[in-house]
Parts: sequence; C-alpha cells; structure tokens
Amino acid sequence: MNNPSVESENTVLSVENLCVDFTIRGKQVHILSDINFTLGRGETLGIIGESGCGKSMTALALMRMVPSPPGWISAGRVVLNGEDLIKATEKRIRNIRGAEISMIFQEPMTSLNPVYTVGNQIAETIRRHRDVRRAEAWKEAIDLLDIVDIPSPERRVREYPHQLSGGMRQRVMIAMSLACEPKVLIADEPTTALDVTVQAQIFDLLKKIQNDRGTGIILITHDFGAVAEMADRVLVMYAGHTIEEGSLDEIADSAHHPYTKGLLRSMPEIDDDPDDVRKPLPEIPGTVPDLLRSIEGCPFAPRCTFAMSKCRDLPHYFDLGNGRSVKCWLAQEDIQAKEQA
Amino acid sequence: MTNNNLLKVEGLKVHFKLKRPHLFGPRPTLYAVDGVNFEISRGRTLGLVGESGCGKTTSGLSVLRLVEPTEGKIVFDGINLCSLKAGALLEIRKRMQIIFQDPYSSLNPRQTAGSIVRDPLDIQEMGSSKDRNDRVSELFSLVGLRPNQKELFPHQFSGGQRQRICIARALALNPDFIVCDEPVSALDVAIQAQILNLLCRLQEELNLTFLFISHDLAVVQHICDDIAVMYLGTIVEKTNRKELFKNPMHPYTRTLLSAIPSRRSSKKLERIRLRGDIPNPVNIPSGCRFHTRCMYAEELCRTEEPKLIEKQAGHWESCHFETTTL
Repeated sequence: MNNPSVESENTVLSVENLCVDFTIRGKQVHILSDINFTLGRGETLGIIGESGCGKSMTALALMRMVPSPPGWISAGRVVLNGEDLIKATEKRIRNIRGAEISMIFQEPMTSLNPVYTVGNQIAETIRRHRDVRRAEAWKEAIDLLDIVDIPSPERRVREYPHQLSGGMRQRVMIAMSLACEPKVLIADEPTTALDVTVQAQIFDLLKKIQNDRGTGIILITHDFGAVAEMADRVLVMYAGHTIEEGSLDEIADSAHHPYTKGLLRSMPEIDDDPDDVRKPLPEIPGTVPDLLRSIEGCPFAPRCTFAMSKCRDLPHYFDLGNGRSVKCWLAQEDIQAKEQA
Repeated sequence: MTNNNLLKVEGLKVHFKLKRPHLFGPRPTLYAVDGVNFEISRGRTLGLVGESGCGKTTSGLSVLRLVEPTEGKIVFDGINLCSLKAGALLEIRKRMQIIFQDPYSSLNPRQTAGSIVRDPLDIQEMGSSKDRNDRVSELFSLVGLRPNQKELFPHQFSGGQRQRICIARALALNPDFIVCDEPVSALDVAIQAQILNLLCRLQEELNLTFLFISHDLAVVQHICDDIAVMYLGTIVEKTNRKELFKNPMHPYTRTLLSAIPSRRSSKKLERIRLRGDIPNPVNIPSGCRFHTRCMYAEELCRTEEPKLIEKQAGHWESCHFETTTL
C-alpha cells in the first residue's frame, strides 16, 4: 500500500511499509506491521497508543536502534532527506544519529550518565559530530543550557545529573539532542515522568525550539492531552499497526476507527463546570492482544463492538483524502455510501 | 453521633530527620507534611492533589499510621488513632485499608493471587478456613476476576488485573475507609477507565469512604466529591469539586489547571507559567510557601504565612489576597 499522505518538497522524513520482527522463543513475531507516515519541516506528528502497541519500537526503528537480537527490521524504507537509513552502513548511521535525527527519552535519570557532568556529556555529543576544540564545545554546551532555560548555566554545566531536578534533567536531554541542530527530533514520552507544571514548561520549550529552527518533531505519548497541546497531525497505533491518521482536529472531533473513538472517550477530561453526579467513563472492554499469538485479520476485532465477519481479514488503509487514512472495514462502507449518494 | 465525619485530621505534621551532613552537624529536618487539616464524611471521596513531593502520599500513609505522625490528631469514627497501642490499632485497621500506586511492586511475586487476597483474612483470623476461601472467591468476582484465576501468580496478570487483585485485597475485611494512593497512574489510559469505574461502583455498593491521592486533576475531577490541593506539605485550597473547577481561587490551583493540556484546541485557558521547581522541603521558604513562584507575591507574603480560611461558604483558601479579582 502506498502512503496516502502526499510526499512533497517539505518532507524531511518518510517511512514506507516499515516492518519489525522479533524472534521470541523460536517464533517470529510481528512487532510492527506496515508502518507508513511522513513528517514535514517544522511539523509535529503525535503518535499515540497504549503500552505495547509499538510506538517506542517505531522510534527505535527510525534510529536503527532495534535491539538485535532478537529483533530486526524485516522490510520497509526510512527516508531522511532522500537517504534510506535502512540501507545506510553502520558507520554512516552513527554519523546520522544525534546529528540529523536525535531522540529524547522518557526517563531523564536513566538516560544520562551519572558519573559525568552534564557539560561533559553535551560537549561529547558536539565533538563526536563536529571538529571543534574542547574549550569551544564546552562554551557551546553552556549556550545550549541557556537556550533550554536552565538558570545560571555556567554553574550547572559543571554539575552531575543527580544534582538536578527531573525537569532540569529533561532540559539537559533536550539540550544534548539539539547540539547538532537535527532536522528530526523524536520525543519518546518526554514528560511522562514529570509533573504537570513542569510538563507545560517542557512543551513550551519544544515549541519555541521548533519555531526557531524548523525542527520536525515526532511526539510519542499515551496522553491525548499532550498530543492536543503539541501535534499538528496524529497517528494512532494498535498492536503494531497504524490504524488511523489525520490532523489533530479531525482525530479529536471525528475519529473513524472504533478504537480511536473508544480511547478518546475513556479518558477523563477536565470540565470547567462539572456535573453534580459522576457518570461512569465509557470503557473499552478487554485488553490489548498478546502479540506472541499470531493475529488473523483486524487486531482490534476481538474488542470491537462493530466487529463483523469481514474483520477476519486484515483491512487495508482507506484513504479519506487530506492525508487522512483509516485501517478499518467500516471506512470502506462509508466511502461506498458516499459514492452512491 | 452528631456529625457524619468518618475521618477527621487536625494539625497533622510528619517530619523526617535526615542523615547528618557532617559528623558533628545537626540532623536536618524534612517537613513532608506540615499542618494539614481535613475531614471526610461517610460515603464520600476526598481528593488530595499536588505535584510530586508535596506530601500527599505521606499524608495518606500517616492517616493509617503506616508512617508515624510527628504531631496532630487523627480521629477515625470517634477514636484518636495516634494514642492507640499495637493491639487496638490492629483491631481498627480491619476497617481501614490502602490501595497502592504500583500494582507491579505491591504484590508478592511468590504468592498466588488467591493467597494474596486471603492474607488479610488470615492475619485478622476471620472465620474458618472454608469461610476464608469462599470470601476470596466472592471478592474475585466482585472486582471482575474469574475465581479460577486464584491459583495464578501476579506475573501472569496484566497491569489492570493486578490492580484488581490489590482492590480485592483491600476489600477483603469489609473496610469502611480506603486510602487510594494513585491507583490508576501506573495503568494505561483504556485500563484507567475500567479501574475508575470499578472503584465508583464498589463505593456505591459497599458505601465506602475514599481518600483519593492523585496528581491527575482530570481523574480527581471524575471521582472525588471534595478536593484539597496541597503544596509543600500544606493544603492551599479546599472545596467541593464543582466549586474548585468553576471558581479556582489560589494562584497555585489556577496554575495547575492551566498547565493541563486541553483536548480542545479552541478552549485554551489563559496560561500561567511557573518558573523553577518546587522548593526543597528541607528549606521551606519563609512566609507563604508559594511566594517564590507566585506572580502575585508581595512583601507580606515573604514574612507572614497565610492561614487556611473559609473565604466563601465551603471554599477554603490560604492566601493573603483575593487574587481572582486582580
């Protein structure tokens, strides 16, 4: 299947039919099946889904960091500025990582090295990719800490990760990922470990950086609030499949896939004027499927209230125009109904 | 009894002595909870909200005397818990239970689900062995697990199912009061809804009283009747949930509300951004604890600590000013 979203000059990253397989206890398991999306300059794409749906694995696959063994990229292309990263040599990919595409991880404590100062770690990234002197790299590290709004950067640059708070550590991670002005920044649950007030600060910072530099951001999260705050377009994942794609407002207001609808309804939302009685939240029955058992047909069918006999076959992407696509047989019926009308 | 309060907490303080920084230095004190008052009526839910490190979990634990309070009174159904000896405390703990945040670390991996749920019954020596087994089966179906899952170990369950086991264990002794310490924050969004609905249903069926601790205002709004917002060991605002979300008063509450990303892009609140982080609870700022980050702070706030007073009927706030009108 071709990606419905049109590739244009503005595109920095495009992912085509990306598949990742794992060998688990001698069995081949499809962790990612047929992932397609594009990311434009200065655009933010939100990837949303429950844990185990493959959103973090997508990020790792883009960086060619799928843990191997047991995993490998079995098919597909990841094209960054016209270059296929899947075919790149190991040496080339090491130069690309951190320089052209970089990543912010979820847990800032475990992703910083506790025995080096933060300045040391930022300067290391700079010197790995560019031919600069130690003193220059150090000065740049101070500038970067200033850009990410860390107060008194000259002092902080000499401190170790344990001397910083969670929000500050995440800022250091962001500073490090920005060191070489990457074109694509992957943020894998960047604020899950942080408090809401700090989360808001981090989002403001990411937006500011995006405005200044035109970085494309892929935001991976399970929190639709975060996606609504940041993203221009949204990709919904379930059991290794991308099941729906569209602009933020389209997904928020008129989701097509029963899973997206269920997921959005089941999240409690702040209301300025709440009712006196509390109503039960609409829930999705059951749990996510175990990928170890091979799934025939639509992965959501066992939990879906609209499941029909057709769902035993895997639906393909139905293009609804405007870069909007849905992987559900119901969408086909909608399209047919529209054509007849 | 004249009033309907099941639990009344007065002037609760929990201070921890830390390690000496030097051999002869004094031991610094961490003021985790520093003068907290609240009460919960029977059958209602009080939500404690705040950022990490504000003392909400410590408050919850000290209500059950799982952490010894340094000062203050905890009156549960007319009995002051702080003066109870071990035997009497065990007796009263039949009526109060807790559900922990992380269902992965709060279940013993070497015990079967059935024996985990049976533990409280064994400790309190409730009925015969057969009675206990029947009760476990009953509890399993009450929380939506199959009784034939009793022989399975925690690792064979998903996160949501494990939290159901924790809930079954908390319900085993038919308690009146349950402390829910972030029961859904470790769970996936779709599973959160299932557990929240289960808690609401159980509360109505069994007439339970909850102290619900959470950092997620959306969840708190969904489940709580009354809400207390905590900052650095004190309550800064306390009211019913309708009032709190319609008419938030304290600058900190309003900051919290505006920091939550809204799903509707059209309905954006006026943004209030805090600079910096929550201060260290070892060096509490003088005066109002929030003055270091507050946009309305004046000289008075640096010197004098405001008291939690009832500014409108049922709406308590601890601030020197009426900042909503500024």
